[in-house]
Amino acid sequence: MKDHLGRPLVAVTGIGMVTPLGWGAAVSWARLLAGDSGIRRIGRFPLDYLKTTIAGTVDLPEEADGGSTAFSSPERVERMAAFAIAEAIAEARIGTDGDFPGALMLGMPPVELEWPQRFALARLAGSGRYVDQIRVAAGRRDLFETFLFGGVGERLAARFGTKGAPISMTTACATGATAIQTAVEAIQRGETPAAIAVGADGSVQPEALIRFSLLSALSTRNDDPTRAARPFEKSRDGFVMAEGAAALVLEDYAAARARGATIIGLVAGCGERADSFHRTRSNPDGAAIIGAIRNAIADAGIAPAEVGYVNGHGTGTPENDKMEALGMRAVFGDAPPPISSIKSMIGHTLSAAGAIEAAASLLSIRDQILPPTINHLEPDPAIGLDVVPNVARPVTGLRHVLSNSFGFGGQNVCLLLSAPPEVL
Amino acid sequence: MNREIWITGIGLVTCLGEGRAAHWAALNGPAVPVVDTDSFAPFPVHPLPALNLDAQIPRKGDQRQMEPWQRLGTYAAGLAIDDAGARGLVADMHLIVAAGGGERDVAVDEAIAAELASLPEAEAAPRLNERLANGLRPTLFLAQLSNLLAGNISIVHGVTGSSRTFMGEESAAADAIRIAHARLAEGRGEIALVGGAFAAQRWDMVLLYAPGDALWQGAPVPLSERQGGGAVLGAMSAFLVLEHAEHARARGVRGIARLAAVATDASRRAAQGDSAASATRLLAGLPIADAPLGILSGDSGSAVQAEEARFLAELPRATPRRAGGLIGHGMEASFPAQVALAATAIEAGGFYPPLDPADPPAATVPRQILVTGFGMFRGEALALLEPAS
Repeated sequence: MKDHLGRPLVAVTGIGMVTPLGWGAAVSWARLLAGDSGIRRIGRFPLDYLKTTIAGTVDLPEEADGGSTAFSSPERVERMAAFAIAEAIAEARIGTDGDFPGALMLGMPPVELEWPQRFALARLAGSGRYVDQIRVAAGRRDLFETFLFGGVGERLAARFGTKGAPISMTTACATGATAIQTAVEAIQRGETPAAIAVGADGSVQPEALIRFSLLSALSTRNDDPTRAARPFEKSRDGFVMAEGAAALVLEDYAAARARGATIIGLVAGCGERADSFHRTRSNPDGAAIIGAIRNAIADAGIAPAEVGYVNGHGTGTPENDKMEALGMRAVFGDAPPPISSIKSMIGHTLSAAGAIEAAASLLSIRDQILPPTINHLEPDPAIGLDVVPNVARPVTGLRHVLSNSFGFGGQNVCLLLSAPPEVL
Repeated sequence: MNREIWITGIGLVTCLGEGRAAHWAALNGPAVPVVDTDSFAPFPVHPLPALNLDAQIPRKGDQRQMEPWQRLGTYAAGLAIDDAGARGLVADMHLIVAAGGGERDVAVDEAIAAELASLPEAEAAPRLNERLANGLRPTLFLAQLSNLLAGNISIVHGVTGSSRTFMGEESAAADAIRIAHARLAEGRGEIALVGGAFAAQRWDMVLLYAPGDALWQGAPVPLSERQGGGAVLGAMSAFLVLEHAEHARARGVRGIARLAAVATDASRRAAQGDSAASATRLLAGLPIADAPLGILSGDSGSAVQAEEARFLAELPRATPRRAGGLIGHGMEASFPAQVALAATAIEAGGFYPPLDPADPPAATVPRQILVTGFGMFRGEALALLEPAS
């Protein structure tokens, strides 16, 4: 079965998820629909001197409540990604254990040695200097493999037996969507009959938090963590850093049907557009955001009016939400579809966000329900959109959902998720 | 669709200089390695030449927003766009960057480590927060983000068709070129910019790669003589403008070379020979002519060189040129740099003389050149180039 451009349809047959609301797609989705917040005071390290002390941290199963800095970001990314992939493969019932019949596209953050590793080397060397730390790090294959950019992808590829070179990628806050897009294109090209697209992030460590804080990007509403993330709301003051992962099993639709798989939905369109305006801000004309949305809708071969719901980027920074609203009005005119931001509940999962939100979009279509934007106390008149405030909303006839991802560095990716064609 | 794709622009900077002509001349002349054995001793490094940054990054404000890695890549990307005569095509030009990590502030890192490493954790952790909150420049974060090389290329050169950043050392670049090529070949766009940069003269890079025993120590010797040794890091950047041949012809531009095929894989390297076998499987899918074949290969450490030698042994009509011995190993920039050197030779109608004692003399100029890429950790990649018709 082909799409309007003669390409194979790309089906989603499995979804896996880890969010601050839980390990697993079912628990995460149920709690998103319940309007629960996964944001809390950070327990992983001391909070002295920090402007922001809250995050959507995900504890590993063996960690005490709040966790510690014993696990580095690449270890957390790998653990959460592996869980999400395993869950997605189990739902898709594809391949055999350790032998997935397709490619691995991994959206993840850049990783590097963190302070616990630096301090340990400095203690061994009796010196803070790089040259001395390097001397005592000789033969530390563990450090080398853990912090290589290709390390996480290699270990996931080995564990799940994916085919071809795993590709790791980053487009900042659009990373998860880029991983899905790259996987969709590989299936459309006929390079691979199936692919795992996963986005994962586990960056809540002191330096990453401070870096975002220095950009004035984070909410400082520390006293009331669950009410800090306020996308589209008048008093929003920044995003809340969070962690998590989502994986999709993507397949050539015809092949998936032929093997009797249950089709959750389609990735019907992908659109991207880069901005050349500024490193952290969109061009005030919104051209790149508008272009990415239009490209995704056009790629799916539908009209804007057919989009029934938008799972927004909705970070809760004053700037992002204003620009997203501008993009909505430019594309959808006077009658835009409802838009909600699950970041109000789980925070901004950064490299995972695009994948988690694509997964939520598909579940909205499957269950015919829109997750809410919580913490919506006072609407911002400059936004003027139906943000599905505070309470999930059952709907009927929802077939097409747009998922927006806009990244620092001007990298914008939008996905158009659709109901399976056999569902009328 | 499988449309013909040309390389119509090259931006290449290595220790040997800048641009196609400089590299063609340097590799055809008496090849003298440019090496700094002191600054990062015991690890030698091939340093960057002086760059006239203002020529490609005219706004000082843009230069200040970057550290050397992003400046190098943004500079080379601009060279490629100029070489392709494609300044007017950037709005719809697609971009894939293979990126490593951005720079750290080495002085801040060393001061904090010296001050806090030996303190009990309960004491060190709060003071770490304080030092980072006060010591990190806000703009440094943006200079550290891997996707911000692509972001800067969009900002400085206006490349906005799309933007993706691949991570994963050498493999990231090979897959970037493979996917950029495949997208154009199937008609997703007409022109793309792809490549990477590696600022080798950085202690943070040495700290990342040295623990894998992946780096050569002491004065470099030719690649073929590095028994049991590692790679020599080389500062470099290479960007390629890939373009649909018809699109280039329509605007009166000749291809530097045709990028006939790119193939990648990543064997688990569980046993000796796995990596060579992976490359051999990739080779089977390439349109290699039954004719003399030029080979350009890099430097990614001796364990990998043994695999490459095994692979090359199965190609009796191949003439290898170990260019990596002269420019070093530039991680994400290595494969694009070797592709750039291959295209340069094809455009010049020649091939390179022996660059290593193990490189055999050649009786004929090969029409096709195969670029090999073996990652120091993982990844096998091949690119096949031939004259643009």
